[in-house]
Amino acid sequence: MSRKTDEFLIEKGLFITALSSIIIIALIIIFIFVEGLPALQSVGVFNFIFGMDWSPSDGQFGVFPMIIGSLAITGLSLLMAIPLGIFCAIFLSEIAPTSVRKILKPTIQTLAGIPSVVYGFFGLIILVPFMRTQFGGTGFSMLTASIILTVMILPIIVSVSEDALRSVPPEYKEASMALGATHWQTIKNVIFPAAIPGVITSVILGMGRAIGETLAIIMVAGNVVQIPTSILDPVRALTSNIAIEMGYATGLHYNALFATGIVLIVMIIILLVIANYLHYKKKVTIGGGYL
Amino acid sequence: MDYRIEVENLNVYFDELQVLKDVSLKISKNMVTALIGPSGCGKSTFIRTLNRMNDLIDTFRMNGTVLLDGGDIYNPKVDVVDLRKKVGMVFQKPNPFPKSIFDNVAYGLQVHGISDKDVLTEKVEESLKAAALWEEVKNKLDKSALGLSGGQQQRLCIARTIAVEPEVILMDEPCSALDPISTTKIEDLIHKLKKDYTIIIVTHNMQQATRVSKHTAFFLHGEIVESGSTDKIFIEPSDKRTEDYITGRFG
Repeated sequence: MSRKTDEFLIEKGLFITALSSIIIIALIIIFIFVEGLPALQSVGVFNFIFGMDWSPSDGQFGVFPMIIGSLAITGLSLLMAIPLGIFCAIFLSEIAPTSVRKILKPTIQTLAGIPSVVYGFFGLIILVPFMRTQFGGTGFSMLTASIILTVMILPIIVSVSEDALRSVPPEYKEASMALGATHWQTIKNVIFPAAIPGVITSVILGMGRAIGETLAIIMVAGNVVQIPTSILDPVRALTSNIAIEMGYATGLHYNALFATGIVLIVMIIILLVIANYLHYKKKVTIGGGYL
Repeated sequence: MDYRIEVENLNVYFDELQVLKDVSLKISKNMVTALIGPSGCGKSTFIRTLNRMNDLIDTFRMNGTVLLDGGDIYNPKVDVVDLRKKVGMVFQKPNPFPKSIFDNVAYGLQVHGISDKDVLTEKVEESLKAAALWEEVKNKLDKSALGLSGGQQQRLCIARTIAVEPEVILMDEPCSALDPISTTKIEDLIHKLKKDYTIIIVTHNMQQATRVSKHTAFFLHGEIVESGSTDKIFIEPSDKRTEDYITGRFG
């Protein structure tokens, strides 16, 4: 076979591989929309999104409390995970001696690979009873779910942020130190700002995982369809709604669960667009785009 | 003759590798001293010893004495932050921060506790003028420094260094990444700065050494082969190896 045909086959092969993954995703999205649209049509898009009442047996399909539930759980866990993750990443990249980093980094990356059911089980057995004795109530709550999610997304934020911090050119650090800045001043004013685009990426990835997480949340969040008035209230996330009811749903109820999926997809797209915009804008203000 | 820096019997090691061997050199006040020698001869390591930048490298070890104005800079009591404020450094590759032009120059002042906006503005203008960059950037101080040309970036780095009012400026091949016109501008600048600062410049360019410096030290394999007035070294070197190097027989 000639070199030219070789090249041709490899290029086309790669193209087909790339194309097939796009086609698969497109097919899934089309399927979800086909299955979900009948529910949106019969309930009405507005009523479906902003309806406060979810009782399939009465034909009430409003997912608003669950939208709030998903956002609240994700927001609260990001609130805890972002500062923790960033400080941990700074410690690993700038302060920890090489020997410590060599042990800690793989350990943290391993945490990212633990199946969510394990985290959920841990939450159910350890954290829920703890919350019950500490704060009263059942122990199943938005806070419990957020704590479990924090532990789950921390490894992502830490390891991606740490990579971003370490990829800041050492020339910046040298320049800052040579001007008589202390190590902490250098981290705060030069290294961290230069790594912000990468840190935003880590937050985007963490957010994606948090908002899509299902199993661990079902096990500890309590799953009551309501808008939480305190962080100790039980809540239900959009993802949980699908997983909990899929087993027995028929007819319009079945379609409504797919419609829940549509809402989830649209929500994630909106959040990603916002996050990517921030990422892009930060990169532009930095001016180079070396990351 | 007043000496600003006196180095005696300096040995530097990275792990087991000895990079500087028994180096002694006296550097006079308000004068330009050039360090020449082939790549890997220890010139950069030498100047990075003078502001303790080598401390950032884990495997760095040294012995010998390095005196700045008579005080040992490797004395454990010395505050490295103060030292680096006194001994500024300009690097081989222009390395402005990914910040605005103004912030680049103001940074050194800010980390030393100056936050008054008027003082900063005044100091930034003064430093940019001293670095012969003011006219080119005065209308775009809030623009990213990374948008400047290489030569402008290097002058910005010099402005940033003189903003904190050092006594000594170390320059590690400051023109090696620049075109001839930018190089001329930097050299003119060095001539202008030498009356206020003690400047030590590492260079690979023989002509540059003769153009800018009064004193020259020739490094080879981690040792100083010869040092003295630039005229003497380039016109009648006393060591055969110096002659071979400056006439281009090796290096």
